[in-house]
Amino acid sequence: MLVGAFTWTEFAQQLAAGIREGAIYAGLALAIVIIYRSTRVINFAQGEMATFTTFIAWSLMNHGLSFWAAFPIVLAIAFTGGVTIERIVIRPIEDAPVLTIVIVTLGLALLLNGLMSVIWGGANRQFRGPFSTRTIDVGGVPISVQDIGIVLVSIGLVVLLALFFRLTKLGLALRAAAVNPDSSRLVGIRVGWMLALGWGIAAVLGAVAGMMIAPVVFLDPNMMQTILLYAFAAAVLGGLDSAIGAVVGGILLGVTITLLGRYVGFIGSTLKLPAALMLILVLLLVRPGGLFGRVAVRRV
Amino acid sequence: MSTLELHNVEARYGPVKALHGVSLQVGDGELVAVLGANGAGKTTTLRAISGTVRRSGDVVFAGKKLPRRPEATARAGIAHVPEGRGTFSELSVWENLRLGAYVRRRGLKEDAQRVFKFFPRLEERRDQQAGTLSGGEQQMLALGRAMMARPKLLLLDEPSLGLAPIVVGEIFAVLERMKSDEGISVLVVEQNANLALAHAARAYVLEVGNVVVEGTSDELRANESVRKSYLGY
Amino acid sequence: MRVKLLLELCGFAVLALVVAALPRFVSDFRARELAIVGMYFIALLGLSILTGYSGQISLGHGAFMAIGGYTTAILSLDGVYGHQIRDLWTIPIAGVIAGVAGLLVGLPALRLSGLYLALITFGIAVSFPQLPKKFDHLFGGTTGKILNLAKPPFGLSTTTNNWMYYLTWGIALVLLLAAWLLVGSKAGRALKAIRDSEVAATSSGISLATYKTLAFGISAFYAGVAGSLYAIANAYVNPDVFPIILSVYLVVGLAVGGLDSLVGLIAGAGLIYFLQNHADSVAGWINHLPALNLDPKQPGIPSMIFGVVLIVVMVLLPTGAGGLLRRVFGPLTTRLYTRS
Repeated sequence: MLVGAFTWTEFAQQLAAGIREGAIYAGLALAIVIIYRSTRVINFAQGEMATFTTFIAWSLMNHGLSFWAAFPIVLAIAFTGGVTIERIVIRPIEDAPVLTIVIVTLGLALLLNGLMSVIWGGANRQFRGPFSTRTIDVGGVPISVQDIGIVLVSIGLVVLLALFFRLTKLGLALRAAAVNPDSSRLVGIRVGWMLALGWGIAAVLGAVAGMMIAPVVFLDPNMMQTILLYAFAAAVLGGLDSAIGAVVGGILLGVTITLLGRYVGFIGSTLKLPAALMLILVLLLVRPGGLFGRVAVRRV
Repeated sequence: MSTLELHNVEARYGPVKALHGVSLQVGDGELVAVLGANGAGKTTTLRAISGTVRRSGDVVFAGKKLPRRPEATARAGIAHVPEGRGTFSELSVWENLRLGAYVRRRGLKEDAQRVFKFFPRLEERRDQQAGTLSGGEQQMLALGRAMMARPKLLLLDEPSLGLAPIVVGEIFAVLERMKSDEGISVLVVEQNANLALAHAARAYVLEVGNVVVEGTSDELRANESVRKSYLGY
Repeated sequence: MRVKLLLELCGFAVLALVVAALPRFVSDFRARELAIVGMYFIALLGLSILTGYSGQISLGHGAFMAIGGYTTAILSLDGVYGHQIRDLWTIPIAGVIAGVAGLLVGLPALRLSGLYLALITFGIAVSFPQLPKKFDHLFGGTTGKILNLAKPPFGLSTTTNNWMYYLTWGIALVLLLAAWLLVGSKAGRALKAIRDSEVAATSSGISLATYKTLAFGISAFYAGVAGSLYAIANAYVNPDVFPIILSVYLVVGLAVGGLDSLVGLIAGAGLIYFLQNHADSVAGWINHLPALNLDPKQPGIPSMIFGVVLIVVMVLLPTGAGGLLRRVFGPLTTRLYTRS
């Protein structure tokens, strides 16, 4: 089953690549979990929203801005976009059955995907990332600077978010609105706007994920589709209720898939996703709530 | 001037009308009770005030008409402790208290200290998940959360529900002190009429969404039908 | 209650009449289109039993359709020990095999709830198209298998499309009746009880495992039948015939049709078919509005239209077509009931 020769150097490189993949999944998975925790809705448009904002970044850079100059602008646009979508599209149906809202996010995904094709066309394009693609020597192993950069940015963002949620009044209000919207209203929290804020934050996470991965995979309207699937898998793996789970799940999944894909022959690259899902299924049979999720144990 | 006035308030849950024109008053620093059997509309009355249920009719608070949304009522200075305490069970005790003061900007540290003085057990369990507290402690937490808002009016829904008599005694003792120390007005809904009348200055009895009896506690205790239906003697 | 029953039977009779008479008024090509709508309808009936009535979400029912379709293809071409089976008779076999697959999926599904189940079944939908590619000697790989053209049996003189129409809708009506009987029966009530509260259902003595697994099996059977019919109508199968997105379309159709309604699913099936195949004509129609200049051939426009229609339909009809039907006919039946 093992393919090719095994060297520690290559293993370390695969590990690094896996962590980098995982960091991307983690970002998107976190976005999914944030929206899920506050609204019980799985946002199927998360990936397309991320790609859309990445296209905007590309356009800005095409007009002469450097990556880091465009970065905050894109984040601001992403945030506004997320808030707007929640207020305009989701809010009218917030009392509808969850399935209905999920279908609407699906419609949104299709709409955005089509819009991207119309505005920018479907061809692949290069996206000049902020990190150089040269490698540096880490303990004898050549690791790509880009990989390190992507992981640092993603982890940095997650840490910032964690601090926001734990230490600020607004973060607390967001958590409260997700946990108990009725009591939140009674203490004066405007729950509707908290939901919108959640969408805004999720959109920002997606934007960062998109801008990080685009230099690696080329930018086109369908860029995030497979990644979104992996992100769902990561969120499920970590437990849909758990933000920590999303991050841990993402990284775990990234590493596992990369290593499996490289070292287990028949999986190769076509069966990576099915293999990942198989593993997750097995895990869910043992822990139905995912790694960190809280599933009420019903013993009847 | 009274803190709270309800003028012919009606409320409905979808097609079902739960309140058929309720009028009542709570004066400054007064503890007023709302009594009645299950389904009489007591909880609905509190919900109508805080705006958590659709209502028609005017609610006047501190001389101004109260808007119909719960976030606005909180800002106006009303703290509503709902049926079942409404604790944020996944958050810590401290976070619950912090949320109580959401509408305020400063002085939180001192207010938290005050709450802990009233309820030392909460300070012990400061970082514990609120859902793991006992029923009595959760009621204390709910009261503490309300205190953090420094409200002018406290709406309390069935504070004695599911609690041992000693704990209930503690709760009401705290209520009396809140009333006397800070001049907070309290509107309390209670099924335990004896308990409520022991602490309230005035009370209203609701039946099927209407006020059928009102008066001071002494007057109600002397009222024959109230005695038979709600006081048990 | 009797009045409601009578009304439903009348409704069914009307439906049957309309179905029987329709081909006379429409073109041959339309008949084929309606036949395909019928196939989606059958699949949606099954999905409704699973999701609408037992409360388990499946985003992978396209895979069961694929099982049905491939079974029909293999049986009618390669046959059993070289003996080819007439495509007609493969339909029930395809359904049963898909149903067994459903039971097999239903067992581990017992451990998963809600969204976890949805995402795992979505994983099945995503992974499934890879299988024919891996085991290509049996499944024909990416080129797939080509069936014989469907022929009306017993020398009936009618076109292929009309034949497919009557075959499909005949089966659909029978399966609709079966589903309706199931939903109204004790088993149906058990399913609804499970959907509303598993704890309460178990406390009442309902065996969760039995009913939930059965629901999976039955819904997979329906999907298999639909897939089999589709293979016959299409005259070939390959992984692109039952793509990943099909599973998503099915859930969309279910939501649009209404989770609690059987007849509303016809609307859901219609929408799926319409959006898949006629997004470009919608674009052409929108072109007639002033100030909008949409080239329907431009890639991306069909997606946008599909997306917008989905959003608009779900916002306007959050409980689906079934919900609308109920709002319109509900007061009617209650009024009649209270009068009698």
